[in-house]
Amino acid sequence: MTTTVQTREKVWHNPRGWRALTVVSHTNIGRRFMLTGLFFFLVGGLMAMLMRAQLAFPDQAFMSAEIYNQLFTMHGTIMMFLFALPMLEGLGMYMVPKLIGARDLAFPRLGAFGYYCYLFGGLILLSSVALAMAPDSGWFMYTPLSSDVFSPGLNSDFWLLGVTFVEIAAVTAGIELMVSILKTRTAGMSLSRMPLMAWYLLVTSVMVVFGFPPLILGSILLELERAGGLAFFDVARGGDPLLWQHLFWLFGHPEVYIIFLPAAGLVSTLIPVFARRPIIGYRALVLAVITTGFISFGLWVHHMFTVGIPKLAQAFFSVASMLVAVPTAVQIFAWLATLWAGRPRFSLPMLWIFGFLVVFVFGGLTGVMLALVPFNWQVHDTHFVVAHMHYVLIGGMLFPLVAGIYYYLPLFTGRMPSMQLGRWGFWLFFIGFNVTFLIMHFTGLMGMPRRVYTYEAGLGWDIPNLISSIGGFIMTAGVGMVLLDLVLHGRYGRKAPANPWQGDTLEWTLRLPPPNWNFDTLPTVNSRHPLPVFPGHNTDASTEPMPSWLPDMSHGRRETLGCHPVSGKPVSTIHLPGNSWWPFVCALSLAVLCVLLLIRAYPLAAASATLSVALLSAWSWYNGPRKAHALAPSDPDQPPLHFRGLDSPGLWGANAGLMASGSLFMSMLFGWFYLWTVAPLWQFPEQTPLHWPLLTGVALLCSLAAWVYRRLLTPPKQGLTRSVLLIAGAGALALMLLATQIRLAPLAVREQAHDAILLVMLLYLLMHVGVALLATLLQARRAALGLVSAELPYELPIVRQLWRYAVLVAWALLLVLIAFPLSWGVY
Amino acid sequence: MPKWASSAVLCLPWLLSGCGGDQSALAPAGRAAHEVALLWWWMLGVSTIVLIAVCGLWLWAQFRKPVDTDPDTERRIARRWLIGGGLVLPLVTIVVLLAFGIPIGHRMLPLPLDEAPMKIEVTGHQWWWEVHYPASGITLEDRIVMPAGRPVDFHLESADVIHSFWVPRLGGKIDMIPGRTNVLRLQADAPGRFRGQCAEFCGLRHAHMTLTVDALAEDDWQAWLAERAQAGQADEAGASP
Repeated sequence: MTTTVQTREKVWHNPRGWRALTVVSHTNIGRRFMLTGLFFFLVGGLMAMLMRAQLAFPDQAFMSAEIYNQLFTMHGTIMMFLFALPMLEGLGMYMVPKLIGARDLAFPRLGAFGYYCYLFGGLILLSSVALAMAPDSGWFMYTPLSSDVFSPGLNSDFWLLGVTFVEIAAVTAGIELMVSILKTRTAGMSLSRMPLMAWYLLVTSVMVVFGFPPLILGSILLELERAGGLAFFDVARGGDPLLWQHLFWLFGHPEVYIIFLPAAGLVSTLIPVFARRPIIGYRALVLAVITTGFISFGLWVHHMFTVGIPKLAQAFFSVASMLVAVPTAVQIFAWLATLWAGRPRFSLPMLWIFGFLVVFVFGGLTGVMLALVPFNWQVHDTHFVVAHMHYVLIGGMLFPLVAGIYYYLPLFTGRMPSMQLGRWGFWLFFIGFNVTFLIMHFTGLMGMPRRVYTYEAGLGWDIPNLISSIGGFIMTAGVGMVLLDLVLHGRYGRKAPANPWQGDTLEWTLRLPPPNWNFDTLPTVNSRHPLPVFPGHNTDASTEPMPSWLPDMSHGRRETLGCHPVSGKPVSTIHLPGNSWWPFVCALSLAVLCVLLLIRAYPLAAASATLSVALLSAWSWYNGPRKAHALAPSDPDQPPLHFRGLDSPGLWGANAGLMASGSLFMSMLFGWFYLWTVAPLWQFPEQTPLHWPLLTGVALLCSLAAWVYRRLLTPPKQGLTRSVLLIAGAGALALMLLATQIRLAPLAVREQAHDAILLVMLLYLLMHVGVALLATLLQARRAALGLVSAELPYELPIVRQLWRYAVLVAWALLLVLIAFPLSWGVY
Repeated sequence: MPKWASSAVLCLPWLLSGCGGDQSALAPAGRAAHEVALLWWWMLGVSTIVLIAVCGLWLWAQFRKPVDTDPDTERRIARRWLIGGGLVLPLVTIVVLLAFGIPIGHRMLPLPLDEAPMKIEVTGHQWWWEVHYPASGITLEDRIVMPAGRPVDFHLESADVIHSFWVPRLGGKIDMIPGRTNVLRLQADAPGRFRGQCAEFCGLRHAHMTLTVDALAEDDWQAWLAERAQAGQADEAGASP
């Protein structure tokens, strides 16, 4: 059976009009992320311009303190949460399948869901500006200022709920990219043959999975304190405002590397192409990226050098913060070495890369300065830090991003950029940026703190501020010119020839712009450079014809190859989900929940939450294959369909999700031990309010559930439904015991931080047991309908993982909340 | 020359005027501030050299006539750049930086002295400073008077949200966090008037939470104490029925 272009277009069809809301293809979703990110960039930029207008002259009455405080909070929030990360995620989602030889990402519907969560969350946050209720405690919302005592009103709640909603998008994108890069590479693309950009995005996505939950936890705790009166950050009740800072920066520092690494990946992609040779130090670069990822989780306290933590801790974080310069330097010199040993040609993308180098290296140097504690004590919280962070963020993210957009313009629109207007746009932006921010280092050194809506004349800050404001206008002109250039060339530029830049990686084998399914047939690769564009560097050019995969689409399925995570050997054919209303509908229901929580309509919110759970369950139901496809015979020339085995993208996605939840749990444990040891007025009650037999019962029942599931991994021909229902029974009992414990325990959550933390941890376990139980019940029904069986076992390990995680948490809580404190003698 | 350098040149006349200002960390008037200012100028100098060198190398690599390399030369180039530039350069720089920076930081700490320094308690409020002298019972608002030429320990607390106590010409800052007391040691070299400002965003009037610090010569300081004590007694005498 032959597959024609019409068949492919039908299988990969993107509807228009209303139905465009059902589109899930990574190309579209990635583009939507990027365009929405651009919109928020312009909004955030406008806010910055207003701020600079206010600061241009001393003692200005152009703007009140109220407005200014909202502006700087929203500028930071929008740029960090609604522009930087979504823009890069969008680029990653757009590029990854094209780089690794796949037709789509591993979880198309999850990606679409993430986009709608981002869109709705962003709109909720923006609505706070329209309502003149925007958050105004700074983008990092330090307590006690952001607590209900000192920030009454809904402003801070907009931030806490809106940003958490948007973060769902970040975490889902992280999960999706991680699993896609590990499991959907084309045949023969082992990890060591993977394009560097895929390595950078892999490390970034793992960092997202682990790095975002601490902030999610912090936001939940602060919202509980504000709306529910629970005590976490209030000193008098045994809490500590510094806990917020730790949780925030545990997220905040990895966040900036999450923003930097994909952009550095773009640099690593462009340099070899424009140097016309393979990159020097591929392995060193991979090692450097992984090292950066790890180290970045150990630096967060350098944002807190002035809070009065012990000097030994300060020394540790100071040294660690400087050491992170080493893997960054390795990357810079690998790029330099590649240019040196190659035959470089100049181009518009390379101009922007040079801009990146100048600005980012300078920002990195001031960063090393800031890591030195005595210097930090002078310039912390001044405009010096504002200057530093704009150098590293704009230099390290925006410049490579623009270079990458110009480079990939042929993929986006099939047209080429040119130097004419682009050159002007670059210089206008580069000069404007430096005029704005270079002098700002001195403004800070001369004593101007951050976040001040005005300043007195005669302190030496007048001229520098005026210069910065003028620079801001030049920068804006630059942004405008670059955007104009991109739009003009995107629509009317010269049509791109095949592989216009002579790139060596798979995305340049596609038609420009590529069709929705990317590859007509998936190739086999046997080197790092599937396209032999680098003369003299083509290793092991095989003379045997290399097989291509999945040519046939006449069965109507969207498919891509599933591979072994390390070797890239094809192990399954993944049946990908197609267009669907579920992502949009579920995201909408969560948006409704978010708004109801915001206005504190809790009974309605509970109903809305129940509705969301029902909708999400329905989505998970319809995500499985239809029976027709499920039992269809596999093509003998292609790897088996993934639902015939136990290893599936869904299992990897579930594991990635559990890792994120694990990071949340570890943050909770951190909070518990931190408050216990450091909070000034922490108190243990006379006796533990927990009843260990109840909790042990819960743990044992969950363990039973997980154990029975293990045996089901070789599913019986008969009696599968009954076994799953048995597990559900054990789970229901565990849930009841846990609910009883929560109701009966004498927890004074509004009076003592100790009790508040216990409650949060128990509710967390309750949520996980509940989710596992729900999934088990659904699975029992599916088994009864024949959608889960010995022939279709792939959903079984997924639910087993949910129970195994619940087991882990239950025993951990017994240990940490009861056994350990008892042995320490505090009860 | 790189465009950023042209921008710097434009600022030179104003820069050369000394980066002064009553609140400038670059116009140090205390030992801690002096050391940090010196550290800054050295770090700026070395950073400028590193930046120019890296950018210069990049431009040279980008625009010079390419030279054909064989695999052995390539490996040598790779090793030179990756190890020399990627490992040795940053590690050496870090070691040197720490070698100078750690002792400076250490000297700024309020470690025990033979003679205990004078103690001043400052409590941050939204949006003013409450200054209290425990030895003499004096209380001031938004103003500190202190003796010059000897170390003074500031015990810092907060009555509401997090503030930060900062007098740049004398030394670094430290946060005032509810529930804790942080200690900052400052010493003014010579008598003078300095300006301080809250450096942790604390709400609506954060920008106006400023502080005036008067350092007095030892005689003037004793005179001031005596005058305040008399005024205090007069108040008490006047207040008693």
